[in-house]
Amino acid sequence: MSDLIRRYGVTITALMCLLVAFWLVMLVIVPNITLFEQSFRPYLPVVDVGGPKDVYSLGNYAKVFDGSIERSFFGIPYMIPVHVMTFGLTIWYSIVVTVACFALAYPLAFFMAKIANPKSLPTLLLLLFIPLWVSEVLRAFAWWIILAFKGPLNALLLAIGAIEAPVRWIVDYDGVVIGLTYTYVLFMLFPIYNAIASLDTNQIEAADDLGAPWWKIHLRIVLPHAKPGIASGCVMVFMLSAGSLLVPSILGSTTSQWFTQTIDQWFKDALDWNTASAYAFILLLLCTIFVSIALKVFKVKLSDIAK
Amino acid sequence: MHKLRMILARLYMGLFLVFMIAPLVVMSGAAFNDNRLPSIVPWKGWTSRWFEAMINDDRMMVAFGNTLVVAVAVAILSVIVGTASAILINSISGRVRTLLYSMMISTILIPGVVIGISTMILWTKMGNAMGTEFFLFNPGLHLSVLGQVSYIAAMVMLLVLARLQSFDAGLEEAALDLGASHAQVLRRILLPYLYPAIGAGAAVAFFQSIENYNVTQFTRGGMDTLTVYVFSMVRSGVTPAINALAFLLIMVTLVLAMIYEINRRRMARVEADREAEARRASALEEAL
Repeated sequence: MSDLIRRYGVTITALMCLLVAFWLVMLVIVPNITLFEQSFRPYLPVVDVGGPKDVYSLGNYAKVFDGSIERSFFGIPYMIPVHVMTFGLTIWYSIVVTVACFALAYPLAFFMAKIANPKSLPTLLLLLFIPLWVSEVLRAFAWWIILAFKGPLNALLLAIGAIEAPVRWIVDYDGVVIGLTYTYVLFMLFPIYNAIASLDTNQIEAADDLGAPWWKIHLRIVLPHAKPGIASGCVMVFMLSAGSLLVPSILGSTTSQWFTQTIDQWFKDALDWNTASAYAFILLLLCTIFVSIALKVFKVKLSDIAK
Repeated sequence: MHKLRMILARLYMGLFLVFMIAPLVVMSGAAFNDNRLPSIVPWKGWTSRWFEAMINDDRMMVAFGNTLVVAVAVAILSVIVGTASAILINSISGRVRTLLYSMMISTILIPGVVIGISTMILWTKMGNAMGTEFFLFNPGLHLSVLGQVSYIAAMVMLLVLARLQSFDAGLEEAALDLGASHAQVLRRILLPYLYPAIGAGAAVAFFQSIENYNVTQFTRGGMDTLTVYVFSMVRSGVTPAINALAFLLIMVTLVLAMIYEINRRRMARVEADREAEARRASALEEAL
């Protein structure tokens, strides 16, 4: 700090501290504390706000457990509150998306970092970047066109004889998973690519010379080295998927519901900001827990994620 | 065996590129199809009427203008805040640094829904508490700007910080010793060195802001941005006018990418020429 003052003087240093304080306090900490506080207040008519009925309670959180529906698991029926189920399915399908992204991105990242001609690499990266620059809503819309019942995908598959009748693609969570995977796969690709690119190729060649089969080279050398990149990619993809509102709304079917959509409905349709806050806080809390577990499992630090 | 694996790897690479690019092609193609629903099958002939429909769509044009204003505001604010944070982070160490840095990074991971709702609640509550009708405390795009800055600033910070790490602080010492004022040191030495990172940060912030839906959706009040408008169109009564818009946006992206690529190739060639020159020169020197 004294170093800063010596270089840039008291005024500029103070100004910089003020800017950082504005960002972290006014835009991050205080809004989140307000959200937390608000989530314990009941939803009241305007005249009652601040009155005797405006007391803290866990009522908004308890709404998560309202309205059970019957489901069955391998033929065993059980009752589950509908919002708990939505939340569980959101987490589950976000994990599915994360795994799918990893499976798609890892071979490509390895190919780009170790096999592809270094001269053609920048062009390749640029080609991959183009979809990233086209906005998310348009990418989801593109898949909405492709996956439509009378859309190009069914027409193509019918034409080459792979299927005999048109397939309904947007059923249950299928459309959502396809859309999210397409939208976020690059957030998995680039961190893994960066991690593998820093691996010394000699190590792979040495293992190859000593007779290690290809899968063992990946398991024992490439994967451990790429671990920070993989952790970073997984955390990014999971958080983006679980927090996405656009893709589940556009590519969702009648039977799919994402947790963010539930929050959106409390906020926009029910106009109950307090319950929306409670739900948003649950999402934030669970995501934080997930990230902490992922960091523990992969043994990486939060500051490594950003690389 | 090795050869087969190489072929498979290239095939996979090709398929992946098709997977990434094909949706954009399909979307662009639908803009020219004379069909009321946006699709490329069945093909009913070429038309340019969806482009006319797009230009005559006043709401879309207003939304487009709003998007640009928001994106520019977010870019400016994020660059200022992000650069200041990077300089601050770079010059402190120990526990405080770890704490501040982790807090900054974590803003990127907070779901947009949470940012949107919390920003909205904070500012409207503050307005209620003060009993003022001042525009800052009502829902609107200015709140979207504040919400977006809260995490986009972190991205700018990371870019600037990476560049700062290779900065030679001795330059500043020299300037100070030679009698430069504090403002001069900042303006003439540090900032010019950071300009490439600041430029990249501004571009990232601009595009992130255009993309943003989650934060905007909760804070916008009644105003539209392009993303929000396109979303509402897709949900209710979509026409290929959206595809016309998408086609134009993709074209802009392509042109920018091409300019970048041509520029890069020229630079690479210049670099190669210079190296060849240097090699020739040293060979000549040795011969003499």
